[in-house]
Formats: sequence, structure tokens, C-alpha cells
Amino acid sequence: MSSMHLLRAFNGIVWRELLRFLQQRERFFAALVRPLIWLIIFAAGFRAALGISIIPPYQTYITYDVYITPGLLAMIQLFNGMQSSLSMVYDREMGSMRVLLTTPLPRWFLLLSRLFAGVAVSLLQVYAFLLIAYFCGVELPPWGYLAALPALILTGMMFGALGMLLSSTIKQLENFAGVMNFVIFPMFFASSALYPLWKMREGSLWLYYLCLFNPFTYAVELIRFAFYLEVNWQALGVVGGCLAVFLGLSIWAYDPSFGIQQRKAGAAAAA
Amino acid sequence: MQKESPKGEAARTPVLTVRNVSYYYGSKQALDDVSFDVFPGRVTALLGPNGAGKTTLFSLITRLFDAPTGRIEICGRSAADHGALALGPLGVVFQQPTLDLDLTVKQNLRYFAALRGLKRKDADERMMRALDALDMAERIKERVRALNGGHRRRVEIARALLHSPKLLLLDEPTIGLDVPTRTAIVRHIHELARTDNIGVLWATHLFDEVEADDDLLVLSKGRIVARGVAKDVVAETGAGDLGGAFRLLIGGDTEQDIAA
Repeated sequence: MSSMHLLRAFNGIVWRELLRFLQQRERFFAALVRPLIWLIIFAAGFRAALGISIIPPYQTYITYDVYITPGLLAMIQLFNGMQSSLSMVYDREMGSMRVLLTTPLPRWFLLLSRLFAGVAVSLLQVYAFLLIAYFCGVELPPWGYLAALPALILTGMMFGALGMLLSSTIKQLENFAGVMNFVIFPMFFASSALYPLWKMREGSLWLYYLCLFNPFTYAVELIRFAFYLEVNWQALGVVGGCLAVFLGLSIWAYDPSFGIQQRKAGAAAAA
Repeated sequence: MQKESPKGEAARTPVLTVRNVSYYYGSKQALDDVSFDVFPGRVTALLGPNGAGKTTLFSLITRLFDAPTGRIEICGRSAADHGALALGPLGVVFQQPTLDLDLTVKQNLRYFAALRGLKRKDADERMMRALDALDMAERIKERVRALNGGHRRRVEIARALLHSPKLLLLDEPTIGLDVPTRTAIVRHIHELARTDNIGVLWATHLFDEVEADDDLLVLSKGRIVARGVAKDVVAETGAGDLGGAFRLLIGGDTEQDIAA
């Protein structure tokens, strides 16, 4: 197989996902409305009640809406990761996943391409949100918008891989909504997205430790630091490690020789 | 016995070889030592009742499942040795519709062409040819959601032919279609096999889709219970027609025994 074949296939998979996303306008608006409600309503209320002291990477006092912006970006990506995996479950149920899996392309390549396609969609949402947030008064360092891009790609991939792993274990489309809520909200709330971890420790020690075990925390911090042209190495390590684990398990799960997909299909056919 | 094609040596080289394939779901055996060949230019009809193992067999050939025992080769290449590359010469029309409803016919076909590594210009030319042959060229800009079942099926067949496959797998492609559409598709596939020298494996539960000169495999309880040219199989059983022969072979009563 030529590298040109792989490139064309990759482009085709990304193009299809973007096309589908742009044609589902409701999904685009829903993806933006959710974090905007947090930013405009929730953050406005908390702006007066909650002061953020100077903590890295911030050099000065910041407003609460600036603080929660990286968390909201991660939330957009987490939702998108789950949405992409929901689309994989849908494709599997509707049969179009078979078209993908019966091409002469390695499974790891197909899954990785789907992952990148999901990240491309999430980046559209993230930068559309940042544009609106800018007009709502959330100003971040100008170079930060560019510097955060690699971090956003990495975090988008981690959430996409997590969704992909979940999709491999879900038998039916209807079950997925429950799983999404079970994953998204605990991950979002038990993290540094809404409050700094030191504040969390003051409030509840066990919650603080829970946040430390939550990969979402590290995704938020990676994005936060990247906006201020800094690298949070610990966050980078955790996000990279989680991405490798989630992706490895997804590839294993979708492999016809070993994966749970085969056992699941077998159980269904035998029934 | 499989009929040897008159087209010479190349025609006698199978495009699909299945040898001693068995498959279990836990302790339940779905396929038992299945062996057969599909030759270029020939339509091989696969008949079998519910639970006979047709879907499992298709899943193994298309590598959706991995074959733990036996060997499956497409144009001489097995998935065990060549991985996904073995699927290169394969075109598939699944029983379940697999088009993206929100995309247009053209977008669906371009997506598939990209997966097969075709250049955009080449893909567009092939797309027009394939759609033209199925009288669907004028619907190219329509969303699939707007098409009826028969037209969607035609698009799926056009898609499966886009990369000029040597082996075409059809898993009950005419299910749910009206008689004229069904007849047109059956005729088109038979013509295609002859003119483009494609080997076709066609799972069906409708006897009238099998021509007398087609190769026939009858699968029952995971085993092949009859094989050969359809008219010869009918003659050997002493039945008056294929339906009668089928009932004798599987020990069933009606055509309703046959299904996906």
C-alpha cells in the first residue's frame, strides 16, 4: 500500500467527518451554547463571589471567566470526543462502520484517522468559542491562541481515544447517552476546570485527591499553561500517557483477532 | 463439483478460496469445515436457512471476524498473511444499508473512493460510469436520505464496483425491493460478472435470483450440503425446481425457512 493511498484515505475520513459536522448545524450550535452558558451566566455570577489569587501560569490577578476558559475548552473537546464515539456506535449500528473496516487499510490507521477527524471537528468548535468569548471580554495572550493549538490537538486526541474506547464496549446506541453523562460530568466537575486545586483542597481533601487522579485536570492545565506560552510538563506527561493507553486499548478492542468487537458480534449472531 | 469456466487458465484460478473453515461462538459451532471456490466471471449463489452460517461466513471473508481455523484467500492472498491488504480486490454490498444518509450520492462515493486510494479525477470518472450503468447518474447530487430503497441499493452496488473489484460479495442485496428493481439488479450483476470477469458470491433467499448456469452452494447448520451448477444440483435431487431441491437438501418445508 502506498503512502499516497494512506494520505487519500486519511483526507477522505477527515473530510467526511467535517462535512457531517457542518451539515448538522444543531450540533454546532449545541457545542457552542453549552460552554457559553457556563461562561456568560455561571462565570458572571462567580466573578463577584470567587477571587482567583495569582497562581501559575498567571502573572497577575485574573477574572473568573478567564480562569474557567481552558476548562470550558476541555469540556468542548470532551463532549466532542464523546459525540465522535457516539457517531462510531451509530456507524456500527447503521452498518457504515463495515465499509470502513472492510477496506484494505490497517485498523490502527483507520482508528487514528477517525481520531484526527474528531479532533479537527473539535478545533472548529474551540476556536469558534474563543472568538465569541473574545467579544464577551475574555482576552487571552494573543500568541496563546496559536501556542495552545498543539495542546488542544493532544487533549482532543486523548478525549477522542477515551470515547473510542468507550464506544468499543457499548453494545447499543441507546446505552451510550447514559455512559456519556456518567463520564462527562464527573470528569468536568472533579477537576481544576471550575476551581483551582488549592481551593478544592480547602473544601474537601478527598475531592482534591480525586481531581489529582482525573486526566481531565491535566488536560485543562496543559491548555491553560499553553495559552501563556508555557509547558506544564506533568500535564503533558499525563495527557500523553493517557492517550497512549486509551488508544492502545481501542486498537486492541477493534482488532478482529483479539478485540471485544468480535466477541460482541459473535454473541449477537449466536443469539 | 464446481464448474470449470470455459475462459481458460485464468478463469480457473479462483478469486476466492475458502478451505476447511470452522467457527465457534463459545461452544456453539457456526461453521463446520467449509470449503469452496468462487471463480472469475461466475456468479456463485449461497443459499441457506436462518442460522445456517451465511452471515458468519461473510464476516470471516470480509475480515470483520478473524478465522481461527482454516484458510481464506482473496485472489491468492489470505488475511492471515497479508492482513487488511488481502481485502484490496474485494467489493461488498452488505445486507444492512451502509450509506451515509446525510451526504449526497457523490459525497458517499467520493468518500469510498478515497478509502480505496483513488485519485479524485479517476474517482469521478469511475463514479459516473458506475452510476450510469445503474441509471443513477442523474441522482448524483441528491442526498441519500431522499432516495428510495431501490435507488440506495443501486448506489451501494455502484460504490462496491468503484475500485474495479475482482470479487464481489453480495449479502441479500435485493431484500425489500420491488420486483422490477430486483430483476434489474439481478440482470446487471450477472452481466457484470460476464463482461468484467468478476467473481460474485451472492447470498440470497430468493430462488428466482439464481440462474440455471450459476454455481450454487447450499449451506445448512454450518455445513455445505450441496454444491455445483444450479441446474445440476436440481437434477441430482430429482426435484422439479430449485425451491424443491432446496427443501429436499435442508429437510425444511417452505421458502420461509430461508432467510438472512
